[in-house]
Amino acid sequence: MTEVVDVGTALGRPIKRKEDARLLHGQTNWTDNIQLPGTVHMAILRSPFAHAKITKLDISGALAMPNVVAAFGAAELGDLNASVPCVWPVTDDMVAPDFPALAKDKVRHVGDAVAVVVASDARSAADALEAIVVDYEPLDAVINMEKAISADTAYVHDDKGTNTCYVYNLGGGYDEKVKEADVVVKRRFINQRLIPVFMEPRSVVAAPMGMSDEITLWSSTQVPHILRLLLALVTGVPENNLRVVAPDVGGGFGGKLQIYREEILALQLARKMGRPVKWTETRSEDMVATHHGRDQIQDIEIAAKSDGTLVGLKVDLIANMGAYLQIITPGVPLLGMFMYPGIYKMGAYDFKCTGVFTNTTPTDAYRGAGRPESTYAIERIMDELAAELGMEPMELRKKNWIKHEEFPFTTIAGLTYDTGNYELATARALELFDYEGLRAEQKQRRDSGDKVQLGIGISTFTEMCGLAPSRTLGALKYVAGGWEHCTVRVLPTGKVEVITGTSPHGQGHETAWSQIASSILGVPVEDIEVVHSDTGRAPYGMDTYGSRSLAVGGQAIKAASERLVEKAAVIAAHQLECSTSDLEYINGVFQVKGDPEKAQPLGAVAFEAFTAHNLPDGVEPTLSAEATIDPQDFSYPHGTHLAAMEVDTETGKVTLRKYVCVDDVGIQVNPMIVEGQVHGGLAQGIGQALYEGAFYDEDGQPLNANMSSYLVPGAPDLPSFITDTTCTPSTTNPLGTKGVGEAGAIASTPAIINGVVDALRHLGVTDVAMPATPMTVWKTIQAAQGGK
Amino acid sequence: MHQIHQEITVTVDGISYERAVEPRTLLVHFLREDLGKVGTVVGCDTSNCGACTVLVNGQSTKSCSMLAVQADGAEVTTIQGVSDGNEWHPVQSAFKECHGLQCGYCTPGMVMSSIDLLNENPNPSEEEIREGLEGNLCRCTGYHNIVKSVQRAAEMMEGAK
Repeated sequence: MTEVVDVGTALGRPIKRKEDARLLHGQTNWTDNIQLPGTVHMAILRSPFAHAKITKLDISGALAMPNVVAAFGAAELGDLNASVPCVWPVTDDMVAPDFPALAKDKVRHVGDAVAVVVASDARSAADALEAIVVDYEPLDAVINMEKAISADTAYVHDDKGTNTCYVYNLGGGYDEKVKEADVVVKRRFINQRLIPVFMEPRSVVAAPMGMSDEITLWSSTQVPHILRLLLALVTGVPENNLRVVAPDVGGGFGGKLQIYREEILALQLARKMGRPVKWTETRSEDMVATHHGRDQIQDIEIAAKSDGTLVGLKVDLIANMGAYLQIITPGVPLLGMFMYPGIYKMGAYDFKCTGVFTNTTPTDAYRGAGRPESTYAIERIMDELAAELGMEPMELRKKNWIKHEEFPFTTIAGLTYDTGNYELATARALELFDYEGLRAEQKQRRDSGDKVQLGIGISTFTEMCGLAPSRTLGALKYVAGGWEHCTVRVLPTGKVEVITGTSPHGQGHETAWSQIASSILGVPVEDIEVVHSDTGRAPYGMDTYGSRSLAVGGQAIKAASERLVEKAAVIAAHQLECSTSDLEYINGVFQVKGDPEKAQPLGAVAFEAFTAHNLPDGVEPTLSAEATIDPQDFSYPHGTHLAAMEVDTETGKVTLRKYVCVDDVGIQVNPMIVEGQVHGGLAQGIGQALYEGAFYDEDGQPLNANMSSYLVPGAPDLPSFITDTTCTPSTTNPLGTKGVGEAGAIASTPAIINGVVDALRHLGVTDVAMPATPMTVWKTIQAAQGGK
Repeated sequence: MHQIHQEITVTVDGISYERAVEPRTLLVHFLREDLGKVGTVVGCDTSNCGACTVLVNGQSTKSCSMLAVQADGAEVTTIQGVSDGNEWHPVQSAFKECHGLQCGYCTPGMVMSSIDLLNENPNPSEEEIREGLEGNLCRCTGYHNIVKSVQRAAEMMEGAK
């Protein structure tokens, strides 16, 4: 009798990560570690001006420098100077300027690429940049977004005659509906510009493969499949000749969801020179050349009855595109468009967004991409409305949120939220937080006039994950689909390959995907290899962003695994001389019901499929199955986040004393990884609220584009977090998962600022700009006091 | 350009290397490019991130903030040398057990700084751990599980005595 070993279900267990052994021992394969024979190194000359005409560019000096192999400006590069693509023309009349890999006649932001030097080593290439002569004729920089769309402005792209990229409208019923309201509250929020600051700087190696036409390109990217397709389209390299590999990738957060000019240049120069070309950015280069995130002016108006019942919401955005459009630059604000109503019921919702060009680094997706901005706006304005109405802010939320018995619920923005239980998550969060106790302490501090005041910040958020149903993307004019692929293959020895189209960069897919396959195949997690991030080995995929990898990619693993078991059952039934309906599949073994002596483990079936000596008629040799899943709808994780903020009213110093969050991310595959994702998201969201912001002076010079002045939170800047979860399984996917990658970053920013404002509201403060540095908070208190 | 090279002898992860280097070569570039010790990584150019942290004569040092010539005669330990072959240092084990890493890019520096921290203070409080790791930035974990990892490593190292 075949021994049946109970491997248990791997699903839902906090299994330690497969990835960690090599990461902890320095046995890593970052792109910058790749050193191929004959490699030459690229360095890029970048504009020191935000806006200038290039009147002269002379690269000859660089060619005379030691170890230099070649140098190129736009003229020398000629037809190889391909353009960076944008794949989301959000309106039919969107203004889409050319974005050449090397600037041609003008530079349009500090860091814009002007010339490239290739040398035998990276430092010789960097040295030679100084020998290039450029004459610039500085032009007025377009920095302020409102000025950019006024009559009194220069143009970032002269030939377009406007700095408006597009105007997008949704809704239209607010102005009529608002007549029913007793109270209207208006606020302008500034969702400041952020820099992703993934820890591994971007790097690319492009290598011609021998004398063939094939080229392999390694890049520190989130999107090897999208990169391959778009590089082929913009450079003309036949797609079949191009292999893209994302080896170990050190974080992304949206910042590596991009087709970068440096990737285009490395590919083109590798073709031209016939040898491997490598480029790795410096951090200071990264902070002007990697796309930025956020940067919206949000004019928000909310209307309610005197009892707190919401009437409607009006959102008018100005969104900074930066100098050029990158892969989904114009679409980022629209990813937030549907989420401004948050978890609340209301009768009307109007949305308008004006995309604006400025002489700044282009913006694009950064953790949450549009949804942190919308969540910030709705959760901040709910607190302001509560204050205006004299209501407890949590009571106002409870009065208006979708009740758990009302799901599925179609919101005023047109989305149908499948499941959720805001009551449950909130009750748990309030308990963990000691909400009543902290409110009592807050009152005591106010009554005693304590110089350190206490504020409580609330954020009851939801987001849309699982990007995305392809039809929805089509309706939004996005030029690709949102499906995901998986192939599961059982090798002749019974070991399993799970070949996924997702591309991890810290999320632990190798572990979590093994758990999903293990739970269906009954094969131990350690016997499963997850193959990913290489278009040569995992050819089909749409990569990793938008909390989609599990909510979409995970479903493909489940479906492919189930199909594989179905195929294996046919072979097993043939071997056991029974029908498939007589078989049951337990822990990786097919056995005849009622006769456990008659059994075939999956490995034996796989070997049979490999030898193909005795397969049933019509069954093809080898044991593999594939699935391509297009999600039927988004998923909607939600949660209740609470922050206790101490504010020193004399110095403006803000301290995060306690942070509690209870998130509902549906079914969890690996709770340890889920919790880690929440922690990291919180740190980034808190970073936006208290520490981070990329700023320019009026001439377009970055004021803090380096790691010593752009404040990524350090360990002493954050507390330990109190986290918990509730679970209402999603009904839009078979695993019941919702997605967790962005939750913490989306929810925490308004919780923190609501807490800071709550601490100071009795002093007349009604808003605090981000980041809420001691100087900003102190000035805000002074202004509020002076105004009395 | 006239390039002067200087002879240095540095012991890295137990092996003595003699090399001629440009005086301007940073220790981290010497490790990565001259010796192929690519386990140690570069995360910034302003000595803020700590990803390149190694031990120089037992003291945690940002290898981007030291010239290779300054390491002449020194003993350097990198992430590739803290445990032998397939062995695990308690700090490495604790980081895996407590999920103290995600993308893993800050991890070499974080592990080296943690080893130095625990050498100086075998039983640190949470606050002491956070202050002790101030020079090492992580963008993935929010530090919550890194703190737990260091606490767990302290327990393991105490138990091993």
